[in-house]
Order: sequence, then C-alpha cells, then structure tokens
Amino acid sequence: MSSETNVWLGASTKQLIQSRTGYRRRKFTNTVMSTITALFTLAALSVLFWIIIYVLIKGFQYLNLDFFIHLPRPLGISGGGVLNAIEGTIILTILASLFAIIPGILAAYYVAYNPNTPLGIAVRFGTDVLSGVPSIIIGLFCYALIVKYQGHYSALAGSVALAILMLPTIIRTTEEMIKLVPHTLREGSLALGSPEWKTAISVSLPAASQGIITGILLGIARASGETAPLLFTALGNDNYEVGKIITAGLANHKGIFAILGSIVTQPVDSLPLTLWKYAQQPYPERINQSWAAALVLMILVLSLNIFTRVWVQVRANRMQGK
Amino acid sequence: MTKETHSLSNRRPATRWVARFRLFIHYGDRPWNTLTISMSVLTILLVLAIGILLWRDSAGSRAVSGLNFIKPTSDASWNPVSGEFQAWPFIYGTLVTSLFSLVLAVPISLGVAIFLAELCPEWLRAPLGGIFELLAAIPSVIYGLWGIFVFLPNMVEPVGKFLGSILGQIPVLNVIFRGPIPASGASLLAAAFILSIMITPTITAITRDVFLAIPVSQREASLALGSTRWETIWKVLIPYGLSGILGAVILGLGRALGETMAVTMVVGNSIGGSLSLLKPGYTMSSIIANEFAEAVSPLHTQALLEVGLILFIMTLLLNILARLLVWRVGRGNVQGARA
Repeated sequence: MSSETNVWLGASTKQLIQSRTGYRRRKFTNTVMSTITALFTLAALSVLFWIIIYVLIKGFQYLNLDFFIHLPRPLGISGGGVLNAIEGTIILTILASLFAIIPGILAAYYVAYNPNTPLGIAVRFGTDVLSGVPSIIIGLFCYALIVKYQGHYSALAGSVALAILMLPTIIRTTEEMIKLVPHTLREGSLALGSPEWKTAISVSLPAASQGIITGILLGIARASGETAPLLFTALGNDNYEVGKIITAGLANHKGIFAILGSIVTQPVDSLPLTLWKYAQQPYPERINQSWAAALVLMILVLSLNIFTRVWVQVRANRMQGK
Repeated sequence: MTKETHSLSNRRPATRWVARFRLFIHYGDRPWNTLTISMSVLTILLVLAIGILLWRDSAGSRAVSGLNFIKPTSDASWNPVSGEFQAWPFIYGTLVTSLFSLVLAVPISLGVAIFLAELCPEWLRAPLGGIFELLAAIPSVIYGLWGIFVFLPNMVEPVGKFLGSILGQIPVLNVIFRGPIPASGASLLAAAFILSIMITPTITAITRDVFLAIPVSQREASLALGSTRWETIWKVLIPYGLSGILGAVILGLGRALGETMAVTMVVGNSIGGSLSLLKPGYTMSSIIANEFAEAVSPLHTQALLEVGLILFIMTLLLNILARLLVWRVGRGNVQGARA
C-alpha cells in the first residue's frame, strides 16, 4: 500500500516539478549552451591549425639550403638567402638575453621573498604593466633613448628593446619558481650560518635553476618573434655577415673588442623584419622567401614553447612523485 | 643570522686574510640587497621612463598642433610636407578595430574558457590549454602574412561583401558598413578579424584561470539546489568571477590597441577619412610602423612620437585598470601579453 502511494506520489511530484520549473527547457538550454562552448573551442582550434598547416606547407615548398647560407641577392638572380637575418636574429637574441637575464633574476629574487612590501607590490604591478606596453612603444622608447644619441641605428638599440620585452616574462617565471623552492632548504642554509647572498647564489637560485631557464627560453621565444620594436632600432641591413666583419677586423689588426664593437654597433636584420619587408613587395620570389622565413620563425618559437611547457609538466609530475 | 657568522670566528684564531674574507662575507648582504632592490626599482623606472621620454620628445609637436592633434574631424590632414598633423583617423581606426574585435573575441573566449575550465574532461584540459597558449605564441608577422594571402581573400572579402549588402541598407548601420569592400579585402574589418584571433588566447587564458580560482563549494552549492550545469555557470560562476573576466577583456583590449605588425599588414594603410569598417584605414601603431623610420622633418618625428604617447597612455590606463580587476580575484598566471 505504502509503496503504491510512494510510486503515485513520486510520479506526480516528478511531473509537477518538471512542469513548474521548466525542467525540459532548462535541460535543453544546458545541452545547447554546452555544445556551443565546445563548438567555439573547435572553431578556435581550427583557426590555429589552419595557420600552422598553411605555413608548414608553403614554407617547406620554398625552403632550401641557399636560404640559410647566402646573403640576399638582387631580384632575378637565384640562390639568394637570408643569412644576414639569421645571424642578426642570433646576435640580437644573445645580446638581449645578456641584458635581461641578470636584472630579471635579481628583481625576481627580491619580489619572491618580499612580495608584500610596498616595493614588492610596486614591482609586481610594474612588471604586469610593462608586459602590457605595446612593443612598438618600446621601440620608440629605445629610439629616443639610444638611437637618437648614438646617431645611427644599431644592433645594440634593437637588443635593448628586446631585453625590455623579455624582462617581464623572466621576472614572473623566476619569481614563481623561486617561490616553489621549499623554505626548509633556504632556512637550512641560513641556519648553518651562510649569509643571505650566499644562500641565494648557492641554494635558492640553483634549486630553481631549471624553472629559471624555462622563463629565459620563453622570453627568448617572445623576443625572437618580435618585429615592431626593431623597425627603427635595428632597422635592417642586407650586407650583415658576422664572418666578413671578423675577417675584415683581423686583416686590419683590430683588437677583439673593436671587432665585437663593430658587430654590435651596425644596423642588423632579423627574420621577422625580413619577413615583413618581403611580404610587402610585389615580387613572388620575395613572397616565397617570406613564407620560408615564416616557417623557420614559427618552428623556432613553437618548439621553444612546447619544449618548455613539456619540461615544466614533467618536472611538476616528478616533484609530486608521480 | 650574520652575527652568528661573525662570532664563529672567535672559536678558531683566524689569520688576517681569513678574517678579512669573513668580513666580506659578513657584509656581502649589503651589496646583494642593494643589487636586488635596485634591479627591482629599475623595472618600475622603465615604465616611468617610457612615459617621460615620449612626453619630452614630442614637445615640439604638442606645441604646434595643440588639441587639434586629437580633435575628431572628418577631413583630417596628415601632411609631412606642409607640417600639418592631425591624428584623429588613426585614433578612430585603432578604437574601432579594437572594439569590433572585442565584439567577436569576447563571446568566443568566454565560451572556450567555460569549456576548458568547467565542461571538458579532466584529461583534455591541460593539452587544450597548452594549445591555446601556442596560439598566443605565434609571432604577429606570421598572422599578418597568413592574413594577407589566405585569410583576407578567403574569409574577410566574402564576409565583408555580405555585411555590406545586408547592413549597408540599414539607416544607422550603413555609416560603419558602407561597402563595397576592396577586392584585396584589406580594410578595418580585416584588422578587426585578425585582432580578434590574436586576443582570443589572451582573454581565454585569464578567464580560464579566473574560473579555476572559484571555490568548488560555489559549484556544489548551486548544483545541490537543483540547477543544471549551465545555470551554475551562468548564474553563479560568471557573477562570482565578473571582475576578473572584465579584467581579462580589458587586457585583451589593451593588447588589441597596441598590436602592430599584423594590423599594419592587413588594414590597408590609407588616410581616407571614411568611417566605414569595410574601407581601408590606418591605426596608431601602423602609422608609426610605416612612417617613423622614413620621417625626415623633426616635426614629423615628433608628431609620430606624440601618436605613440597617446597610445602609451591609453594602454597604460587600461592595463592598470585590468590588473586591479584581475588582482582582486587572485593573481592568476597571466601569460604575457604580446603586442
């Protein structure tokens, strides 16, 4: 009897609740909206794959050995490459890393251990704001700061601009990584009597070193793809070849610093800069080369990104003991 | 802790050099602290220095043009020869492309973020998130190159034609959708489309982090009251994380305002004075990119620096606002915005 009532009651309340609360309609909305979010995700993914696959196909079509080992040649003469841009990219990235890494790590060390002091808050905020400043504005800044006084465009000005772009990435990643180092390690070192600076150099920073390298690689990935800050700092240089500069310097019996100086104070080209210039020219030859440059650039940037992310994941898993 | 170091030396009689070395270790903290603090101050000084330098170096242009520089006009002149500079077309181009890109990017990013944080299976979350971060890592010039040769002819041109034929008939909307779109597709609309692709990962990443930072108890309480998953997301989670989501949108806007290379490649670069989205235009960043290296007269350089100053102030204010909003929710791991 009682079970019968329950069944009867259950059925009716279920119907009642379903009709009063619009259960069908609500369930329908739920399904439709969930599907829409999934479709949006699919759409965004398909754009990404559209770009990557198109660049891969076009790039491999026009990539050849000449691309890597020759300077640009005049139109109509085959066999030209972008050696100047590749060497320029390497020089710019190395210089920018030199400028950015040490200040970045030191600032991150301060922020990691003093996050709530006025200066710590200001630095965290300043870093976030700096990462939002458009890269072209940083280019203008370096023009006003360096090019104007030097009187000519140079690799130095370009690399300072790239260093400013790398700085927020390095500071933020390093800060997070130093925070992950167990406090016991640092306290153990301090308890043994070593001063703060020695603890930092021989305990805290080495323990976070892999993470710091990750941050540096991400910074390099970001900087090596940038064009806008180089437009009026590094400018571009079709005849830039490090080998030639060195042999010319040795022939004139210059010192090593004079040679390094002449490498650094010339205008240089970089891959993204070349890509930009070539893409705007009406000659198919140049446009093909810009697809090849896009491929090289994309592989460089994406592999740096994928490598660092996988590395971080593996490390995190190992730390959790998986 | 340094005092202990010093007192240890009392145990063993140390030679003079060892004592000196210990003294160096003892006082090593002072240079170390000075170093870390000065490097921290350097990052703040950098932001200030950018503003100060741009302000100082654009003084000539500010004195000559005054407020005329930014006044909205329909027939603005930008003439390096006669020295007349009015930046309104660029400001309009920047604002209209950025805002229109938000119209496209915000619903999509919100959808993707909801899917990543709430709906997709656990094992799919990390790889999908990683893939979206790759989308943010692709250099701007590659978007531009792909835009010119693939996206514009295949996507923007047909869509622009369609919009022009439909919305171009409606009285108010026909101001911003007056066709026809050029055959190459290069237009403000193209810039807005490319921008929306580029800022989607930024907005998605931050919004996802905002969702993930919301306590599970909020979801459980809502589900226990009988809401569906979608009602939980729409009526509980989104209101809870609203300030963070707003911050993410503003950060996306900031990135769109400053984006240079891809926009310069697809926007058409013409100072036509047309209000229509379907016509080629110019943005603040693209005029700097195109003309700065070739600017000969000092006034021209200064005018471009002033455009840069306006852009810097706009992005700075937006960034400060956005960071304050995002920080309220908790400092998410925000992927650096590239511009």
